[in-house]
Amino acid sequence: MQQLEINNLRVAIGESEIVRDLSLTVRTGEVHAIMGPNGSGKSTLAKVIAGYPDYRVTSGGVLMDGENLLELRPDERARRGLFLAFQYPSEIPGVTIANFLRAAAQSRLPEGEELEATDYYAKLYEKMDLLDIDRSFTSRSVNEGFSGGEKKRCEILQMAMLEPRFAILDETDSGLDIDALKVVAHGVNSLRSPNLGVLLITHYQRLLNYIIPDFVHVMVQGRIVRSGDKELALELEEKGYDWIRDHAEEPALV
Amino acid sequence: MATQTETSAVDIDRSIGDFHYDVEYGHDAGVGLSDRVVNYISDVKQDPDWVRQFRLNALKTFLGKPMPTHWASKDLDAIVFDNIRYYLAQGTPTKRNWEDVPEDIKRTFERLGIPEQERKFLAGVEAQFDSEAVYSNIKKAVGEQGVIFVGSTEGLKNHPEIFRKWFGKVIPTGDNKFSALNSAVFSGGSFIYVPPGVKVKHPLQAYFRINAENFGQFERTLIIVDEGAEVTYMEGCTAPKFNTATLHSAVVELVALKGAKIQYITVQNWSANVFNLVTKRGLAHEEAEIKWIDCNIGSRLTMKYPGVVLKGRKSRGEVLSIALAGNGQHQDTGAKMIHGADETTSNIISKSISIGTGRATYRGLVHVPKHLKHCKNNTECDALLINATSRTDTYPAITVRGTGNSVQHEASVSQVSAEQIFYMQQRGLSEGQAMSLSVNGFVNDLVRQFPMEYSVELKRLIELEMEGSVG
Repeated sequence: MQQLEINNLRVAIGESEIVRDLSLTVRTGEVHAIMGPNGSGKSTLAKVIAGYPDYRVTSGGVLMDGENLLELRPDERARRGLFLAFQYPSEIPGVTIANFLRAAAQSRLPEGEELEATDYYAKLYEKMDLLDIDRSFTSRSVNEGFSGGEKKRCEILQMAMLEPRFAILDETDSGLDIDALKVVAHGVNSLRSPNLGVLLITHYQRLLNYIIPDFVHVMVQGRIVRSGDKELALELEEKGYDWIRDHAEEPALV
Repeated sequence: MATQTETSAVDIDRSIGDFHYDVEYGHDAGVGLSDRVVNYISDVKQDPDWVRQFRLNALKTFLGKPMPTHWASKDLDAIVFDNIRYYLAQGTPTKRNWEDVPEDIKRTFERLGIPEQERKFLAGVEAQFDSEAVYSNIKKAVGEQGVIFVGSTEGLKNHPEIFRKWFGKVIPTGDNKFSALNSAVFSGGSFIYVPPGVKVKHPLQAYFRINAENFGQFERTLIIVDEGAEVTYMEGCTAPKFNTATLHSAVVELVALKGAKIQYITVQNWSANVFNLVTKRGLAHEEAEIKWIDCNIGSRLTMKYPGVVLKGRKSRGEVLSIALAGNGQHQDTGAKMIHGADETTSNIISKSISIGTGRATYRGLVHVPKHLKHCKNNTECDALLINATSRTDTYPAITVRGTGNSVQHEASVSQVSAEQIFYMQQRGLSEGQAMSLSVNGFVNDLVRQFPMEYSVELKRLIELEMEGSVG
């Protein structure tokens, strides 16, 4: 079994500390959900694991199968099997999804080896069928003029194609209506496998009605203040974040 | 800058042109510019009297004109005309057969992939080494249709009745300081004539190669396409990297007679010491169409504004250009559209990319006088900045008078953001790959309109340029 291990991680942006001594281990085959109010540091955690340049890790570590990710460039982390579905994916004007994914797939091959175009397209179409995505979708420029739902679908398709070992989905439900939410959830569920570990970051419980997590963690002010199973999400939904926040002051919970 | 790559798959990189051989020149006009040098060139080339006179007059015009530093770049002052060699040639006639080309020159062009290219898909090819064409050939079938494709020297000697009629008519000597310079010392370049109704299926191609240091290349190209005929001409340019400035100052004149179509494609890949100051203009008669596709990569300073004079009713002019200004380079490019008849249309699409301290300048001139009706112009210029130190400027001058004419102008400046690069890196692309994909995406809609071979070459040149610019 492989694992993504976050050990006593502290992250600062400028002078302010955003992630405070956070530890968490995700094994392949598991789905972990991190819930928390706005500003709790969830997205920072996601981006720092992926290697976003502006964030400073002040202490602690992130290991993927024992290897220190923090010493690797973002692209090296990605090629080793880490995927981040962005909350706000960037537009890449003029570059089609098909060409973008092809470049991403090519980057995973040893130098001098050329991606076999027919195999690539066969795989692309297979994944699109799996996710109920129309064939014309991949001839559009990456995220350019996409609706919120299309952007998330594009992220899920990329995840399906790149076959990561660990995927972090950052607020994949934000800005989606219920139909789009179902489509995205269907995508994630169909990619669940013993070979994939998922860290699902969300503000709302409703996504967890469609993607049933194995573990739920509540993050407040840069810390995980409570962990449990899927029932915790329901409890949180009922009682609200204030309930957790009140408890968060107690250091024993950390 | 790009480093030497060992794989043959990427045979068209910047470094492929970066070599030079010591060549025995039979004719060398020495350094500096004077009546003596001009007369020397005329003597060697055995110019007819009218050409010698044309050159001498042009020299006077050149000397009388100030450098255009007041509106363009002060960097022009770095050109020392007295240090330049204006004519270098081996003194042997142009070869028709590749085997007859002198060994050392043959080596150069074979390294650049010529005439391998010719065998592949070209209807004809001409190769110029320093001042003169060393090799010129046209496929038999094309020749039999009456198409003339020779060096300009041969053109003015053997086809004076067509040559003289149009030579210097589209771009007069005094158009600008560098057109005057070219008119004084021109040598090499192509002369093409396509008879009425002949549609040349495959492109004609020329290669311009500077081999010598402190050298000025002044080719002169004249293309005349008769009524209803069509031709595509492509040129490629390279030079090795020398430490001192090298000057390339060409004049290209196109004449499209009634209903004719000319497509002129340039992919230049000059090394960073070349001043590239080129005047290109076409004259479009009734219902004729002239299209310039211009890709400017490399050079220290490029000043080039391909233009079309829309002389005949319903004629069409188009300029599609891409400029890539690398570190320390300045691409000052644009387009000119002079509407001179009713129902003429022009289209300008310009994209520039500035990297590092690179600077891209767009200068456009669109002129539609008052008495014309139903003329249309569309101008789009988009700039992409890669680094905080990159610079772009846009100077569109659009004059549209009268009531029945329409004009549309759009401009944009965008930047490759850190977010965008991080996004691509998160998918596994290196920073350099991410940059070059962004840039290729930026020019993609334009490149799609280029012939296949050139769009592939351009993409690779961009990739190499971007790979060299990061990390």
